[in-house]
Amino acid sequence: MSLEEIKTILIHKFGEGIVIGEEPEGLQPALLIDSDRIVEVCRELKDNPETYFDFLSCLSGVDYGTDENRFGVVYHLSSIPYQKQLTLKISKVNGRDLEELPSFPSISSVYQAADWHEREAYDMLGIYFEGHPDLRRLLLPDDWDGFPLRKDYTTTDKYYKGIKID
Amino acid sequence: MNIANSKYEEALARYTQKIAEASTEEMVLNMGPQHPSTHGVLRLELITDGEIVKEVIPHIGYLHRCFEKHAESLTYQQTIPFTDRMDYLASMNNSHVWVMGVEKMLGIDKDIPKRVEYIRVLVCELNRIASHLIAIGTYGIDIGAFTPFLWCFRDREHIMGMLEWASGSRMLYNYIWVGGLFYDLPVGFEERCSEFVNYFKPKMDELNGLLTNNQIFIQRTANVGVLPLDVAINYGCSGPMLRGSGLKWDLRRIDGYSVYPEIEFEVPIGKGEMGTVGDCWDRYKVRIDEIEQSLYIIEQCLDRLQKELKRTPDFDPRAKLPKKLTPKPQDYYVRGEGAKGELGFYFVHQKKKEFDKEGKERYLDTEIPYRVKSRGPSFCNLSVLPAISKGVMIADLIAIIGSIDFVLGEVDR
Repeated sequence: MSLEEIKTILIHKFGEGIVIGEEPEGLQPALLIDSDRIVEVCRELKDNPETYFDFLSCLSGVDYGTDENRFGVVYHLSSIPYQKQLTLKISKVNGRDLEELPSFPSISSVYQAADWHEREAYDMLGIYFEGHPDLRRLLLPDDWDGFPLRKDYTTTDKYYKGIKID
Repeated sequence: MNIANSKYEEALARYTQKIAEASTEEMVLNMGPQHPSTHGVLRLELITDGEIVKEVIPHIGYLHRCFEKHAESLTYQQTIPFTDRMDYLASMNNSHVWVMGVEKMLGIDKDIPKRVEYIRVLVCELNRIASHLIAIGTYGIDIGAFTPFLWCFRDREHIMGMLEWASGSRMLYNYIWVGGLFYDLPVGFEERCSEFVNYFKPKMDELNGLLTNNQIFIQRTANVGVLPLDVAINYGCSGPMLRGSGLKWDLRRIDGYSVYPEIEFEVPIGKGEMGTVGDCWDRYKVRIDEIEQSLYIIEQCLDRLQKELKRTPDFDPRAKLPKKLTPKPQDYYVRGEGAKGELGFYFVHQKKKEFDKEGKERYLDTEIPYRVKSRGPSFCNLSVLPAISKGVMIADLIAIIGSIDFVLGEVDR
């Protein structure tokens, strides 16, 4: 099952607009997916008997820098029956205002493994996942200010809730 | 957080509401972060009805040390000691996977000398045994058996001593470097290691007699915390958790990285000998069997290291160390079989943007990754806990936690 075949399956099922690009070069070729329809794509790849990508290896949020203001999510799927790996990427341009977080659909209804990974991405990068059942901060305290893995993150002051930190 | 948009606070409000409501009808019990059975600083909030656990809410992050943030400001070589601190019970496996990923990005993964690769596999397998010994020993304590803990730590001490001899440190080694090793093995290491293997094999039989086939232990663990295979896959469980549920899935075999394709070993799986496939006893047994297989791998490594890949005076394990550690801009997800399961690192490497004296922007090669995401096996293995512990007794919950065998250093990173 090559990348080209997977692309054909997806286009056949969902139409031309679903795959908005691909990165065929490099060690791990990737498909760029229409970010609004990532849930359908994942469900199809998981259930289709030709692909069976049933194992979500990793889900990473990425901040592509302050020039572009582009935020993305990268999915690493792997297929246990076929022993294959696949990389899917979605991204969108979004401002850095903390009131308007970049928002993507949550795939935790397809892969339960995405639950904690998405909470971590929300916690660290401020990426909001629409439809996630319990999107609280995971590693940092609930009242933490800002999102530390954003490229524009700076520690605000030397006080935490009025207590001086030496 | 002082954010006006209430959408981002909804989940927190729901959670607070749930705990507040539970307090009137049921009891909310805090287990941890200093509970000895949580193997570190894990806090579990239990909503209980008498002795029955109705819901488990894990709270993690007490050991968060900003691994990913650090990795964005340090070079690839400098981050290796930080990877050691992720799963601190199997440091060698962590740095091995990290180093494999960087070598692959640099394109030098095929140039590594065979002797270096065999030494890497040897120390990784020694470390895997040490990690499984802790899992087994502390599991015994969780269930109420004290002696296996002492026996396991006694034997683990030999491994710690050997790895200290090779690397200079007992637990956090920084031994495997990009392109080579810190040093060659010390003279006489191979002999001492085979002595250890011969000493350790009968000890495993003793341990089996004491714990594995102990009727009390079987009654506490068989049919408890059954993890069906489809749930395990959906939650991204890997390592002994997934194999305990009956799937032969070992990345050493599947991906065949390093020199594992040249080595013979079996992949043990849970068979439900004492109860159901995927119960606590199966997960425990998989670890016991894996120790046996690791010993077999070590014997083969030692055999080759003493014969065709023998130590020569002019052998330099640092010979292939790259002078400049600057990969091309790319992203790469590397995975390998750590002691607890699939350990992965996702690298995004980009050129560094700088402004020269005239204010023109230029892009320079850099040794620092743009973004690193680490996928700890314990992280995903722990996330299945709320799903498999609904409606169990509190005492059984302890048995389930122990059988997952997580390390909080890796969950929190």
